[in-house]
Amino acid sequence: MAAEIRFAKTHEWIRPEAGGLATVGVSAYAVEALTDLVFMQLPTVGRKLKAGESFGEIESVKAVSDLYAPVSGEVVEVNAALPNALETLGKDPYESGWIIRIRPDDPAEIEALLDRSAYDAMIGSQPH
Amino acid sequence: MVDFAGWRMPVQYASIVDEHMATRTAVGIFDVSHMGRLSVTGSGSQAWLETMLSRRVADMEPGRVRYTLIASGPTDSVQGISILDDALVARDADAMDGTPRMALVVNASNRPRVVEWLRSRLPATGVDLIDTTAETAMIAVQGPRAIELVTGLAAADAPRISGLKNYRSAPATVAGRSVMVSRTGYTGEDGVELVVEAAEAESLWETLHEAGGPLGLRACGLGARDTLRLEAGMPLYGHELVEDSDPFAIGLGLAIDLDGRSFPGAAAFSGHRVGTAGRIRVGIVFDTRRSARQGDVVRLDDRDVGFVTSGSYVPTIGAAVAMALVDRDVSQPGTMLDVKVRDSLQPGRVVQLPLYRRTPAARQPVPG
Repeated sequence: MAAEIRFAKTHEWIRPEAGGLATVGVSAYAVEALTDLVFMQLPTVGRKLKAGESFGEIESVKAVSDLYAPVSGEVVEVNAALPNALETLGKDPYESGWIIRIRPDDPAEIEALLDRSAYDAMIGSQPH
Repeated sequence: MVDFAGWRMPVQYASIVDEHMATRTAVGIFDVSHMGRLSVTGSGSQAWLETMLSRRVADMEPGRVRYTLIASGPTDSVQGISILDDALVARDADAMDGTPRMALVVNASNRPRVVEWLRSRLPATGVDLIDTTAETAMIAVQGPRAIELVTGLAAADAPRISGLKNYRSAPATVAGRSVMVSRTGYTGEDGVELVVEAAEAESLWETLHEAGGPLGLRACGLGARDTLRLEAGMPLYGHELVEDSDPFAIGLGLAIDLDGRSFPGAAAFSGHRVGTAGRIRVGIVFDTRRSARQGDVVRLDDRDVGFVTSGSYVPTIGAAVAMALVDRDVSQPGTMLDVKVRDSLQPGRVVQLPLYRRTPAARQPVPG
C-alpha cells in the first residue's frame, strides 16, 4: 500500500500522494516534546533537497530544532499559513499541520523509512 | 526534567507560555530550593559581611534584604578580581543573645565556590557560616495575586505579610508552618519567597497549589522563570553577569556601595565607576518570534558591536527579545542593529530595560 505514512528517525513523517508527490510534516510526538512552538521557517518552492538535509527550522520557547528532509526531492508546495498558526501542529499534525509537499526523486526511499509501528517502538524507548 | 547544577528540575510543568502568563496575570509558584542558602551568625557576622560584599551591610536593620555582588580577590587592587556571584543578603531577627543573624541566597551553580571563598576569609572567632541549603527549601510565590494567596493561608500573620515592603523579610506562620517570608522575586511581579524546613516543603507546596487553584495558579518551571526574568530585565549569572563584568556598564551599579568602604573588588569597581569602558547592557526587540540566543553576534554595518547574553520568545511581549552587551555608541534606544541568528542577520531595535514593567495598579504596598 503506497499511501502508508512513514517516519524518519528525526521525527518527520512523509506520506505519498497522487501524482508522484509526497507530503511531509512532523510527528505528534515531536510536537509534544517541543512544546510552546513559536516560530517556523519554511523552504522556498523549487528547492532541491537531499535526504537528511535541513529544509527549515522549528523553534520552541526554549530551543530551535532543524527539520530534516526524510527523502531526496524537490519542494513543490509549502504550507504558507502554518508559521502563523503553529497551534495547528499540535491539533492536527498529520493533516492540516502538513509542512511541505515534495516530488521525491525515488519513491523507494519512502518505503525504506520507519512504518508507524517501528516509529512507535522507537519513541516508546526514548527517555522522557 | 533537566539536571541544573546537580538538581533535578522541570523546564516546564506543562507549558512555559501558560506558566509565564499565569504569573503575569494571577500567580505562579516556583520551587527554587536549588538556590544556595547560607546562614551567617555570631557577634561579628554583620561586620564581617560588610567587608566581604559589594553592598553596604553595616546599616542593615533586622528585616532588610539587599541585592549584592560577591567578588573574590584583593580589596585594594584592580587586579585579580573575580565576581563569583550575585546574591541577596538579609538581616533576620537577632538571635536570643542579641547577636545579628544574617542570611545569603546565592546561585546554585556558584554555591560551592562562594562557600569556599567565604570560608577562606572567615575570622578566627565571632562568625559562623553554615550552608543550610539541604535542610531548607524555598518556594517563590509570584504574581498580582501572590500576596492574596499567601495571606489567605497566614491567619493572624496576614497583616505582617501584606505589610512587608519590597526587599523586606519577616518570619511568619503560613499554612501552619514556620516560614521566612521575603518580599523579593525574580519575575518582575509582586510576590514573596518562602524559606521553610525541607521536611515541610512538600506539604506547603501542595497547600499553596490547592489554595491557588481558584486564583489561576500554575506551578512554574525553569523555562518560565527564565522568560519572566528576561522580560523584567533581570541579570542571570553566567549570561549578563560574569566573572570580569563591569557592574556599572551592565546596569548593576545599584549593587555597589563604594563610599568609605573596603571589600574585594572595591578598587576595581571604583575604576569602573569613574570611566567605564565596558559594553552596555541593553534590550533588543525583534519583529519576529525567531530567537537570538546567548553568544549570537550583534552587528552594525560591517562591524561587530556586541553579543547577545540572553534571548527568547517572551509571551507578554509576544515577540523574540534579547538582552545584549553592545558598544556604547550603539546603545541608544531606537538604534537598529542586526543580530546574527544562525545563518542570517535579523534586525532588532535597541530598547531600554526592563522590557516589561508591571502596571502600578497591580502593585501592592509601595516600596519604601
